Amino acid sequence: MGLSSIQGDGGGGFWLPRAASTGAGPVDALFYFILAISVIFFALIVGLMILFVVRYRRRAGQGAQASPAHNTLLEITWSVIPLAIVIGIFAWGFKVFMDLATAPANAYEVQVTAQKWSWLYTYPNGHVEDVLHVPGDRPVKLVMTSEDVIHSFFVPAFRVKRDVVPGRYSTLWFEALQPGEYQVYCTEYCGTGHSDMLSKVVVHPPGGFEKWLDNASNILNTLPPAEAGERLYRTRGCIQCHSMDGAAGIGPTLRGVIGTQRAMRSGAVVTADENYLRESILEPQAQIVAGFEPVMPTYKGRLKDEEITALIAFMKSLKSENGGGQ
Amino acid sequence: MTPQDATHGQGAPAASAENALGGDHYLNHGRGVWSWLTTLDHKRIGVMYLVSILAAFLLGGVFALLLRTELLTPQQTIMKADTYNQMFTLHGAVMIFLFIIPGIPAALGNFVLPLMLGAKDVAFPRLNLASYYMWVAGALFALISMITGAVDTGWTFYTPYSTTTSASVISMVFGAFILGFSSIFTGLNFVVTIHKMRPPGMTWCRMPLFLWGLYGTAIIQILATPVLGITLLLIIAERVLGVGIFDPALGGDPVLFQHFFWFYSHPAVYIMILPAMGVISELMATFSRKRIFGYTAIASSSIAIAVISFLVWGHHMFVSGQSNLAGMIFSFLTFLVAIPSAIKVFNWTATMYKGSVWLATPMLYALSFLFLFGIGGLTGLFLGALATDVHLHDTYFVVAHFHYVMFGGTVMGFLGGLHYWWPKMFGRTYSERWGRLAALLIFLGFNITFFSQFVMGSQGMPRRYYNYLPEFTAYHVVSTLGSYLLGLGFLIVMIYLIHSLARGRPAPANPWGAATAEWQTASPPPHDNFTSDPMVDDPYDLERWRWDDRLSGYRLDAAAARPAGAV
Repeated sequence: MGLSSIQGDGGGGFWLPRAASTGAGPVDALFYFILAISVIFFALIVGLMILFVVRYRRRAGQGAQASPAHNTLLEITWSVIPLAIVIGIFAWGFKVFMDLATAPANAYEVQVTAQKWSWLYTYPNGHVEDVLHVPGDRPVKLVMTSEDVIHSFFVPAFRVKRDVVPGRYSTLWFEALQPGEYQVYCTEYCGTGHSDMLSKVVVHPPGGFEKWLDNASNILNTLPPAEAGERLYRTRGCIQCHSMDGAAGIGPTLRGVIGTQRAMRSGAVVTADENYLRESILEPQAQIVAGFEPVMPTYKGRLKDEEITALIAFMKSLKSENGGGQ
Repeated sequence: MTPQDATHGQGAPAASAENALGGDHYLNHGRGVWSWLTTLDHKRIGVMYLVSILAAFLLGGVFALLLRTELLTPQQTIMKADTYNQMFTLHGAVMIFLFIIPGIPAALGNFVLPLMLGAKDVAFPRLNLASYYMWVAGALFALISMITGAVDTGWTFYTPYSTTTSASVISMVFGAFILGFSSIFTGLNFVVTIHKMRPPGMTWCRMPLFLWGLYGTAIIQILATPVLGITLLLIIAERVLGVGIFDPALGGDPVLFQHFFWFYSHPAVYIMILPAMGVISELMATFSRKRIFGYTAIASSSIAIAVISFLVWGHHMFVSGQSNLAGMIFSFLTFLVAIPSAIKVFNWTATMYKGSVWLATPMLYALSFLFLFGIGGLTGLFLGALATDVHLHDTYFVVAHFHYVMFGGTVMGFLGGLHYWWPKMFGRTYSERWGRLAALLIFLGFNITFFSQFVMGSQGMPRRYYNYLPEFTAYHVVSTLGSYLLGLGFLIVMIYLIHSLARGRPAPANPWGAATAEWQTASPPPHDNFTSDPMVDDPYDLERWRWDDRLSGYRLDAAAARPAGAV
């Protein structure tokens, strides 16, 4: 959980985290309105309950006093008033929901792919990364789909959430109020790594986003292969399951893999050379290391050849270096 | 107080023996295990159900405490992620399918319903026994799936996860399928019994409110449960035959499953709560020593809830991608279903006005119900409103909300009913002092456990999370400590109830002075329930029951009693 240090949610109140999007304010207003209504009704019911229990508690030699067993006017009143209130809440909730249902025409569009157990964001220029970088000065629209089961994209600070369903696209939009980092959660249960399927939104100050995208999409040309490979390892969903420090996770560690003899579930023993590593990335179900489950999704079509080469260079570097990560 | 002979007057109950423990009663009428396993006596079937569902409740409760212990720290505490996922699935499945759904109707309802009608049994005693064995078979399938590779899908079995995971989903799903039949049988039996076996004098408007609750429940059981059965069979068909229904890889639609599932499971929420509301109506009247306020409104609101509950399932799917129009309709109908529940709460509160409120253990649970169900209901407003639900959906806010409704509502109603009818069921009284202490501990422990979950949920903590961010640690620690207090409360209940079976003071026929028919026969009742016809003309005329020190219970005040026949 390398993202646990994010405090994008700081500065909120007792009930709600800090509101960091243009849509959050109206949602919070409704939340606090319902809260006020609830507190009033709860105080009324519990207040009367306590009053009646104390005032009319059982005393020796004294039974219940005569009182009517129903009162039409009273009963109509306490049906109609709550009815009016809840219809009001319904209408308010529907209005705010509809205001936030359609993305503005000028929204910046990012494709989101969910898979067990990582989020990948694809930018218009083809760059892919597992952290969502967005411009801070315009609305952002996400077009989301899933590679496997249903996931759900949730940013508490923006008050947005949407299920991400295999075989179809769902959309969501937000406009951040200020630059910063905000927590992303998966909120539809999706198996072993569900609670580690975290990500973050990085909102850039004006102009910052374009500069970041230029740099980030160019790493294969600007960095040595092993370093570019490490960047890919951290940003394409590898790190969630494969550690670089020797500890087994949902998948085997990458440290010291290259060149070793690997015992497979099938009983076979395989030498972990470049071709084995390449096959494990593109056809993860072909060979399963003993002691692990066949849960890795394929990266066929999602990593270019040069990127796979860089990842292999990175894995080789994990053998010779002793320090490991940064 | 009234020196008259108890046998004076036609309408007087002929419970010649107030307590039948010394003589023949349903518990010793026919001896040996076989006489129990083949019994057609609704009371014995009720007791077998009670023992079984309490075992399920214990199992689900142990799972809950283990889950809360795991959540003490943000990372691994006592179990691995897969174990955690299996355990919350089992906690949900056991609590819902094996405990809460059958809890009040099948255990308490089976025992009480024919007695309240002054009848000898339910309409179909064999179907009743079959329903129990269906429950046992369903529970066995669930157990098999626990042993052979625990299911990790969550109790909701959402596709395509549930059709692609390696766990033994089929036996678990088949177990739930069989349990559905158990539930349908009970519902069918109750509907027919209430329609056909009400005694002369008990019109629909003189029926005890517990029976109205059971009646509304039975309608939902019969109409909604088959949809669950069909849905679960479709899952099995997809897994076994590879027919594409829900899995997009096979050309299916995963969201379709959610529609099918909630079409049953939302009405099922009312299968769980309606009987508890019926219990609360009885407790509020008896322990306020007063006629229930707004009988007609309470009875008709049960039916209103049963009807509207079929039309709100889409509120579980506001962020699933269903159309905005569907979202609007479901949100609106969801708010409508809030009104009959609110009406009941107001009526119960008004019943105490000018009453003589007796804070016996069952009443403490009824008051807990008002408090906790009040919070559960009001927090539903946040989730029914579209805009706020988007933020709160699938967070701990929802977890807290449904525990306040299901646990704070149904389980409090169940505990209230259990303590209320316990002396009737077993002819023994439990310790009032321990009973009240446990009720208090359960109330406090419950609020500590679950109120903190509202706050962490609205702060963004997602549900079904094994690891969590450190900023949520304090809430989780509070919640876990609360759950230990809650567990202690239940431990005390378990000890004093078991103790009472052996050592409890013999109970009188009518310890609480209630006016419904089950109190007009001995405790425990004879095999045939009544030795003479009970009075069923007015279930809430508490005036005619007077305390009698010699009995340590209530006896009919013949002077206050209207003569039988003057109905």
